Amino acid sequence: MLYRTGPLILVFGTALLLIIAFFIPHKPFGDLEARFLNWYAIISGFTFLLGLDSLARHHLIKIVRREKGWFYSLLLVTSLFGTLFWGLYSWIRYASPFALNAPFMWLYKFMIIPLQATMFATLAFFIFSAAYRAFRVRNLAATLLLIAACMVMLGNVPIGSSIWAGISWLIHQIFPNTNLEILKRWELFAAAKDWLMAIPQAAAGRGIGIGLALGGIAMSLRIILGIERTYLSS
Amino acid sequence: MPITWTIGILVSGLIAPPESLLLRDNPNDQGRAIFISWVCPQTESITGFRIFRACSLPGKFIALNRELIIGTEYLDSDTMLCDGVPYYYFIRVYSAYDSVDSPVSGPVVSSAQWFNTDRINVLVLAIIINGLFIFYLLRARHNTRMFIRKINGLDAIDEALGRATEMGKPVLFSFGLGYITDMVVIAALPILRRIASKTAQYAVRLIVPNSDPLVMTTAQETVKEAYTEAGRPDLYNQDNISFLTSDQFGYAAGVDGIILREKPGAIFWLGYFYAESLIMAETGHSIGAIQLAGTTETTQLPFFVAACDYTMIGEEIYAASCYLKPEPIMLGTIKGEDFIKFLLIILISSTVFLGTAGRLLANEAPFLNNLFMAIVNWFIPKS
Repeated sequence: MLYRTGPLILVFGTALLLIIAFFIPHKPFGDLEARFLNWYAIISGFTFLLGLDSLARHHLIKIVRREKGWFYSLLLVTSLFGTLFWGLYSWIRYASPFALNAPFMWLYKFMIIPLQATMFATLAFFIFSAAYRAFRVRNLAATLLLIAACMVMLGNVPIGSSIWAGISWLIHQIFPNTNLEILKRWELFAAAKDWLMAIPQAAAGRGIGIGLALGGIAMSLRIILGIERTYLSS
Repeated sequence: MPITWTIGILVSGLIAPPESLLLRDNPNDQGRAIFISWVCPQTESITGFRIFRACSLPGKFIALNRELIIGTEYLDSDTMLCDGVPYYYFIRVYSAYDSVDSPVSGPVVSSAQWFNTDRINVLVLAIIINGLFIFYLLRARHNTRMFIRKINGLDAIDEALGRATEMGKPVLFSFGLGYITDMVVIAALPILRRIASKTAQYAVRLIVPNSDPLVMTTAQETVKEAYTEAGRPDLYNQDNISFLTSDQFGYAAGVDGIILREKPGAIFWLGYFYAESLIMAETGHSIGAIQLAGTTETTQLPFFVAACDYTMIGEEIYAASCYLKPEPIMLGTIKGEDFIKFLLIILISSTVFLGTAGRLLANEAPFLNNLFMAIVNWFIPKS
């Protein structure tokens, strides 16, 4: 009984306290949220041991059993404990792992940061391939998306004004009745791009945002009242 | 040099001291803060102000700011300040050559407030919105027939799992970089449970790489229970629900590696995602997996729409538990949500109409614009 109701009472009580604390700045309510966040930070700090256990066990088993790709697991375990060792060494020797001449800082600057930057850089290629599929002209909606995306991209890049001058010349060649001087005016194009971003895009974004906020409130209420119990695995 | 000094002394004689020194307890706070404002009759040749405080008269005044401040307002939230103690202040104004003091003002006492009046608008809205939700929850108890519209993303779960089973490939589920404190992660748990239940039935391997150890533990418990409920506890392998790293791109690299090695037949991206979303979803697309995504991070939605087969947009992911387990009391909150949306549409439309009319009839009916501004200002959060 207590196994089921205990956590529900705890959730209800905590939520109620935090809601009250939002409106009451007086002690002991005023700093309650910060205090709870501190508790969460302490608990989650300790749970990193769970993460370390899971990661190390997963890869050590692979190494011991000589499973496929065990060499990569060996590399990971060596890197993991190597980083830990150099971190502790730098902490003892240089008072902080992030001291400028500490070996841990060297690892951070010349291995971790470049690896992160490399992964981030691949995003450019993935954006290109995803954009190619998304902007293929299949129907009216996809065509509108393509036009809007091209306008926003052109409007945001420094070379956009030069490209737009070329495009307007091309449009004038196809439709000679159009006024090239008006068409070429970059500020009109930039205004159209700004309008797209500020009105239709912002309206859609806010619509989704309002839905999310209401969905979040409904979900919170279900959790607080104990209707939604999936986080308790029941 | 003597000429400069002489001119300086002559000029310093022209500096007027600050006037109207106003001291008051800083409102809507935890106490230990005093708000000070003053008027400076002269702005030319002034380099700044320094505030002095004492707790008795006559007493020793201490300077509160090392660097001179430029404005005419200051919030004294010094850690030495105590509630209930009377304080006295004066301001010293500096020019390039000299300084002049304002008269001492006080006493002022700081205190903590029992209600933050700046948040009264939030309280009123919270009472209305939660009241409506509770009304629909109570109504749902007696009304067993409630309709919920089709959510394609959730309907596609069975299709994706069926395809992975037919192909004999594993299934991958990711919460992204979400923490257990994120609502979207909690909302994704019932979906994971449903998926785990099906993978247990079909005897398909379910892989859940995690970026947070607390989320990992919760996912392990959820999957374990689903496997037990499905009568296949023997198939549960804790090693499949593992921790990768909490580093953003490290996690993306790890998940990409799993995708390329294990080649899952179905991938579920349900949780909190940042810039790594497209890197992972495009890798999933490259191996031909059927992909289903859902996130509350609106900036990542276009990437998922471009790369995935099904995407849950907006609050659809929050409705997942109600959709998968359509009990009347659960559906009651969805009904309440829809009604509040309807009210919001009316409110927004009427305010837009009022604002437009107020601007067009600014001379004939200025009260329209005043009313519009009053409504807008009431909704603006103050603290």
